Amino acid sequence: MGDTVDQFFVTLQQWIASHTPVGLQPVISTVLAVIAILGVFALLFAMTTVLERKGLGRIQNRYGPNRVGPWGFLQPIADGIKSLTKEDLVPRGADKTVHLLAPILLVLAAFTLFAVLPLGRNMVLVNLDAGVLFFFAVSSVMEVAIFMAGWSSGNKYSMLGAMRAVAQMISYEVPLILASVTVIMAASSLSTVGIVERQAGYTGVLPHWFLFTPWGFAGFFLFMVSATAESNRSPFDLPEGESEIIAGYFTEYSGFKFALFFLGEYLGMFAISGLGITLFLGGWSAPFSFLTWIPSYFWFFAKLLVMIVMFIWIRGTLPRLRMDQLMNFAWKFMLPMALINLVNAGVWHFLPHGVLRWLLCGGLVAVSYVVLGRGLTQGWKLEKRIYRFAE
Amino acid sequence: MEAGETDLSLCRVTRSDEEEGISLLFTTFAILTVVGAVAAMSLRQLVHSVLALIVSFAGLAAVYLLLGAQFVGLAQVLVYVGAIAILIVFAVLLTRGDGDTKRSIVVGSWRQSGAVAVVVFAVIAWAIYASAASQRAMPRQPEVSMRQIGDALMVRFVLPLEVIGLLLTVALLGAVTIAMQEKKERR
Amino acid sequence: MISLTSCLLLSALLFAIGLAGALMRRNAILVLVGIELMLNSANLNFIAFWRYGPHPEAFTGMIFVIFSLGVAAAEAAVGLALIISFYRHTKTANIGEVDFLKG
Repeated sequence: MGDTVDQFFVTLQQWIASHTPVGLQPVISTVLAVIAILGVFALLFAMTTVLERKGLGRIQNRYGPNRVGPWGFLQPIADGIKSLTKEDLVPRGADKTVHLLAPILLVLAAFTLFAVLPLGRNMVLVNLDAGVLFFFAVSSVMEVAIFMAGWSSGNKYSMLGAMRAVAQMISYEVPLILASVTVIMAASSLSTVGIVERQAGYTGVLPHWFLFTPWGFAGFFLFMVSATAESNRSPFDLPEGESEIIAGYFTEYSGFKFALFFLGEYLGMFAISGLGITLFLGGWSAPFSFLTWIPSYFWFFAKLLVMIVMFIWIRGTLPRLRMDQLMNFAWKFMLPMALINLVNAGVWHFLPHGVLRWLLCGGLVAVSYVVLGRGLTQGWKLEKRIYRFAE
Repeated sequence: MEAGETDLSLCRVTRSDEEEGISLLFTTFAILTVVGAVAAMSLRQLVHSVLALIVSFAGLAAVYLLLGAQFVGLAQVLVYVGAIAILIVFAVLLTRGDGDTKRSIVVGSWRQSGAVAVVVFAVIAWAIYASAASQRAMPRQPEVSMRQIGDALMVRFVLPLEVIGLLLTVALLGAVTIAMQEKKERR
Repeated sequence: MISLTSCLLLSALLFAIGLAGALMRRNAILVLVGIELMLNSANLNFIAFWRYGPHPEAFTGMIFVIFSLGVAAAEAAVGLALIISFYRHTKTANIGEVDFLKG
């Protein structure tokens, strides 16, 4: 019974495909899966826009949008109508072809990222042997799209915003990829399906997720901080912050193209959270062994929702980082931390199971964090922090 | 007729639909790559030229994927499109050289260079057609898994791997040193 | 099927285009772009011979291309750093005007 519900979408896809001519069946089943991914993630985007505005509103002690529909949850429809009917302004000095192509390329790349994420048991669009590498390759195409957007606007502030955004994205790609390499080492596979399957066991009640190992814990935080920076989300949203540079690289975009940029950014956020879930949180596996009767796709989307809420929470709480603070953070803290994490993962693999392994690896994480975080970058202030508030 | 069957009644082997599809895809990507390369070398605006180069790299990555080299195709996108092209773009923006529109975009000796390039292409094309390698039989698709590549890199090719690590570190340090702004002396 | 000849011809064409561009263009960055195109055409050659050669299971061609990608990245970084550096001194990226050692 549990298996039927779990494999419901797979059987549905196979049933629909069986009614088509034999030669076309692989194409039809792939097209069905693509349509399902497009639909689900577009709906998730719509839901996230309203969730974010209401969440941020509540954090800032105000209501979010609450006029359209019950508690404002039909706001995305109003936003969609607005963005489709707004006038599409293109500045006179803008490069028209590149100006048009940039949001299209961004959205294409963002949607392509979902092809290697396993959304449930047997529910991955393409089981590539080098899935994680595919993911990083396509996300570097998104950087090109952002640069194209900034340059083609013919606006010095857009150009500056784009350069900053690209510099930030390439800087944070290094700890992102290094954190993923620790998982690839531990799972000895570049395929996302293989990595999820490595985390699918349970010792007693607790799962074998990579998050519950010292290097996985540090790696997960490195990954999520880099993911926040890769998606240009607060506190790393200097390139697009409203109080800094108007809107950065999408200043000159209006109407539907702006909506496409918004869509592309949010989809990038979902995709990279999805990859974080696949690598560190066990993908579609349940958190406790007595909960495995709940279908696998439910767990994936539940974890994704938790990550989205964390992103919104962090956006509402932390102030924005300045450009040099951001770059220092990436190169002077995150990169050494990621390299030490690599060594840590190797040590974890070769030590025998037991308390010594936990102590040694956990100690390595703690010592490296203190030395790098409080020590080298902040002048060895190891006592408890004192905050001064305006009286 | 099913895809893949040969029509023996006409004594002629018809190519299967899949092979035709792959051949058509290859032709498309090859044309895309060549057009991108020509545009990269002949456009006046430098940023347009770099964008055309990105198209060319992407076309090549698609050709690698068609030939079955999955790792290399994806690494091509990651390294060339995601890193080298962006580096070139930054260099273009930092050296604003496309200000004047009156000067010619080619050097004075462009006719001789063009002739040299045509001769080089002719010689290589003749060598390709005259060689015995192109008459050999086609081996079937090799199955290369990531694990085999990883094993090869760590066992048989570990020395080149370490050397390239060293090379990339030296290049990083060198590039930073060369491009660093000199500290201005304060008097 | 993609024939070996068509892959090699594509590679030769890319090489010729890269060579022509590297020799003809005035801007130093475009010379580097031409060099990158030539490197790419050599990589394509390697992959084509890996696929259609006598021993495709000993994927030497693929490993060579992996290292070639790394070397190309290093070379692009250093070359562009050099171009940026001499732009700072001479305020031009034109290769015809960098002739300080002439005569």
